[in-house]
Amino acid sequence: MADRRVGRIRALDAQRVNLDGFAVENADLGLIALRSPHDPEPSLRLVDGRVVELDGVAEADFDTIDAFIAAHGLDLAVAEEAMALPDVEIARSMVDFAVPRSAVVRLVGGCTPAKLARVLALLRPAELTMAMTKLRARRTPSNQGHVTNRADDPLLLAADAATAAAYGFRELETTVPVLADAPSNAVAVSVGAAVGAGGVLVQCSVEEALELELGLRGFVSYAETVSLYGTEDVFTDGDDTPWSKAFLTSAYASRGIKMRVSSGAGAEVLMGGAERRSMLYLESRCVSLARAIGAQGVQNGGIDGASVAAAVPAGVRELMAENVMVMARNLEACTGNDALMSESDVRRTSRTLPILLAGSDFVCSGFGTIQRYDNMFGPSNWNAEDLDDWLAMQRDWGVDGGLKTAPPESLEPLRRRAAEAVQAVYRWFGLADLSDESVDAAVDAVGSKDLVGDDALSVLNAARTIRESALSMVDVVAALAESGFEEEASRVLDMLKARVVGDYLQTAAIFDAEMNVLSLVTDPNDYAGPGTGYEPAPARQAEIDAIRQAKSVEDLRAEQASWASSSVSVVGPAAVGTDPREVVVGVSPATGREIWRTLSGLLVVDVLREILAGIEEEGGAGRVVRINDTLDLGMIGLSAARLAGSGVSIGLQAKGTALIHRRDLPPLANLELYSVAPVLDREHYRLLGVNAARHARGAVPEPAKNPYTDEAIEARYHTAVVSLIAVERGCCAPVGPDELKVAE
Amino acid sequence: MKAFSGRPLDSVTLDAVRSGDVSADDLRIHPETLEHQAQVAEAHGNPQLAANFRRAAELAALDDADVMRIYEALRPRRSTYAELHEIAEWLTSRGAVVNAALVREAAAVYQRRSLCR
Repeated sequence: MADRRVGRIRALDAQRVNLDGFAVENADLGLIALRSPHDPEPSLRLVDGRVVELDGVAEADFDTIDAFIAAHGLDLAVAEEAMALPDVEIARSMVDFAVPRSAVVRLVGGCTPAKLARVLALLRPAELTMAMTKLRARRTPSNQGHVTNRADDPLLLAADAATAAAYGFRELETTVPVLADAPSNAVAVSVGAAVGAGGVLVQCSVEEALELELGLRGFVSYAETVSLYGTEDVFTDGDDTPWSKAFLTSAYASRGIKMRVSSGAGAEVLMGGAERRSMLYLESRCVSLARAIGAQGVQNGGIDGASVAAAVPAGVRELMAENVMVMARNLEACTGNDALMSESDVRRTSRTLPILLAGSDFVCSGFGTIQRYDNMFGPSNWNAEDLDDWLAMQRDWGVDGGLKTAPPESLEPLRRRAAEAVQAVYRWFGLADLSDESVDAAVDAVGSKDLVGDDALSVLNAARTIRESALSMVDVVAALAESGFEEEASRVLDMLKARVVGDYLQTAAIFDAEMNVLSLVTDPNDYAGPGTGYEPAPARQAEIDAIRQAKSVEDLRAEQASWASSSVSVVGPAAVGTDPREVVVGVSPATGREIWRTLSGLLVVDVLREILAGIEEEGGAGRVVRINDTLDLGMIGLSAARLAGSGVSIGLQAKGTALIHRRDLPPLANLELYSVAPVLDREHYRLLGVNAARHARGAVPEPAKNPYTDEAIEARYHTAVVSLIAVERGCCAPVGPDELKVAE
Repeated sequence: MKAFSGRPLDSVTLDAVRSGDVSADDLRIHPETLEHQAQVAEAHGNPQLAANFRRAAELAALDDADVMRIYEALRPRRSTYAELHEIAEWLTSRGAVVNAALVREAAAVYQRRSLCR
C-alpha cells in the first residue's frame, strides 16, 4: 500500500467527472483550443481583385481549402478595411449591442480564416454569450433532436418521432445502425413527425450519396451530413473536395431541399491530421469554406469531437466560439450540444448552459429524444432521460430552449396513431406486415429493449423494397390518405410543396406548426440591447412556465380533500385541565378541516394516535385541542401548554412539524422540536408523546432528534409548505380553542 | 407559384394526389423560383448563398441521375483532368454555364493538388 491516497482523494476519484479524460495541451498533436503557436499570421494580398496570398500562403501553394476560400469566400470590397482593423476592435463590435448585426456581418465578410479565429479567441465566456444573443440569424430559437433505435424498428421510430414533435423539436435527425435500413427509417420518422406536428423537418444521416438520393426521392426534407474538415488531407480522406461539396450543396438546393454542412473541433485531431494548428483556427477554415460554397448553415461546436475539445484547457469555450463564428459569417448555427462530452452531469450542463441562455438557431444539433442506449449517433449531451430537466432549466431562467411539455395523457393516443400510420403505410405497399402486438409494444416502450420479437429482416426487406421500387414520398402521401390518415397526409404533402416554394432554403429556416417559415429573411434577429430582440410571446411563455410538475394551492387543497374523514371531530370549547399528568396536544387551525395528511404521507389522525399512545405508555393523560387563532407552531404549543394540567404540551402543525412546549417558556422556545416534517414516521411521533409525558413528570428525557437526510428536502417540499401554510392561514380565526375527539 | 412542370402549386392538393394526378415534376422547384431565392439571399448579405441558388437553378433542369453522376465525378481521384473538362462541356451544352465554370476550376486545382485520377 505504498501509494494509498487519503480518503478525501479516494472519494473524489469515485466521482463521475473522473471517468472523463483530460489532456495536457499539446500543439504538436493539435490538442490546443484557441491559439496554437503554429497558427498562421493573418494576411491577405490582392492583385487586380484577385487573392494572391491568404494567411501567409502564396497563391501557387494554396491547398484546395485555401483555393476555394480565396476564389469564392471573401468579400474583397471589405477585405482591406477588415484586415487592417485590430482584432480587438472586431471582437468588441461583436459584443457591443450598439453596433448592428449587419455591420459585424459586413466586416467579417472580409476577414480571412486566421483573422476571424484571432478575433473569436479574444471573447470571454460572458462576451460569447452576448455575441451569440446578438449575432444568431433567426430571432426565434429552436431545437433539433435525434430519433433512432437499435432495431431500426419503424413503429418505434414513428412513435418516438411523434413524441419528439410533440415536445417541440422542429428538426428531427435519424440514422441507422444498418446502412441498408436507411430508406425505411426516413419514411418512418417522416410519417411519425407528421403525426406529432406540422412543419417538422426530417433528415436521415448516412453516407453523402445515399443521403442525396433519399432527399431527391422526397423521403427527407433537409440534409446535414455534409462534412467539412479544416485540413486538405483530412478533407480528402473524407472522400470529398470543396468543389464536390459545393456541387452537392447546389444539388440539394436544385431539388428545393434545405441543407447545412457539418464540421467542428476535434475531427482533425481524431484523424491525426491537425497539422499542429489550433482547433479554433481549423474550424475557422471550415466555417469560411461553408460560407464560400454557399451553404446556408453549419452544424458545429465539436460534434463527434466535442469530448476531444473538452479535454483541453478552454476547450468548451472554443466550442462556443465556433458557433459564434458561424453566426458572424451570417449563417445558420446548429450549435453542437450533440455528442455526450462528459460523464459528469455538472460538466455537460456547464457546457450547454451559456448557449441555452443566449439562444441559438438550434440550441442542440442533436438532443437525443430517445433513450441513451437507442441513440445510434452515440449518446447525446441531452437525452430523453433529461427532457424534464431541460424543461425545468428553460423555466428557471425564463428562456426559450425550443421545447414544451407534451401532456403525459396525450402521448398514448399520439404514439398509437404514429405507429398505426406506419403500420398502414407498410401494409399498403406490402413492405412489411407489422403486427398489432408490435404496435402495442412500440406505443408503451421506453425504448427498443421493450419491443417484442425481432423484425430485423422485415425492416431490411422493407428498406430494400423502398429503395429498389420507384416508390416516392408522394406515394406515401396517397397511402396515408387512403388509410384514414388524412391530416398526416396533408402535413407530409405540405413538406413536399415547401420544396417548390423554396423559402425554407434561406438561412436558418424552420417552419412553425402552421407552415410559416421563420428564417433570417422572415424572422431576423433584431437584438440591440435590453428591451429588444426575441422575447417569448405570452402563449409561448405559458408553455415554458407550465411544466407538468407545477402545482397550485388549489391542486394541493384538492389532494388534501381526497384524504378527508370524520376521524377528528369537535366536542366543544376547550377548557383548562387540572390533572397534573395531563399533556395537551395542540393542533393547527386547518387540522381535521382542510389538511388531513402530513408531508411525510401520514394521516394526521394517525400521528395524533401515536402521540396519544406515547403519552399513555409513559403514564400520562393526553387530550387534543385545536388552536384556532394562530398558525405559528410556537404559539400553538404555548397555548396548548396553558390548557394542560401539567403545563406541558405538544404542538403539531397539520403538515407534521411538531414540538414539546411548557407554559413558563417564551413563545418561540421549546423543549424538543421536530422541524423536518417530511422525514418523520410513526415511531418519531410516539417518542415525542413519551418524552412529553416524561417532561410532565418533571423528568429530563434524552431529546428526540430529527432524523438526518442529505436529500434536497427543501427543494422537494417547500412549494407544498407554502401552499399548506396558505391553507392554514385561511382557517385561522380569532376564536377560542376547540376540544377535539380522535376516533379510535 | 408554379412547379417545375409549370403546374400552379395551388392545384397540387391531397385530392389530386389520391386520384393519381400529381407527377414528380409537380413537386419539383422551378429554376425561376431559385433565381428569385438568389435575389433574396443577395439582399440579405449572402452573395455566396445566392451563387449557390444560381448553380442550383441550372441543376434544377437536369435529371437526378446526371446530378448524382457529376457529384460522384467531382469526388477525389474519380476523374481525369480531361473527363472533368468533358463534364464541363456537357454542362455548357445543357445551359449550365456556372456549374461548368465550377467544374473547370476544380479541374485546374485537382491537377495541381494531385486529385485527378
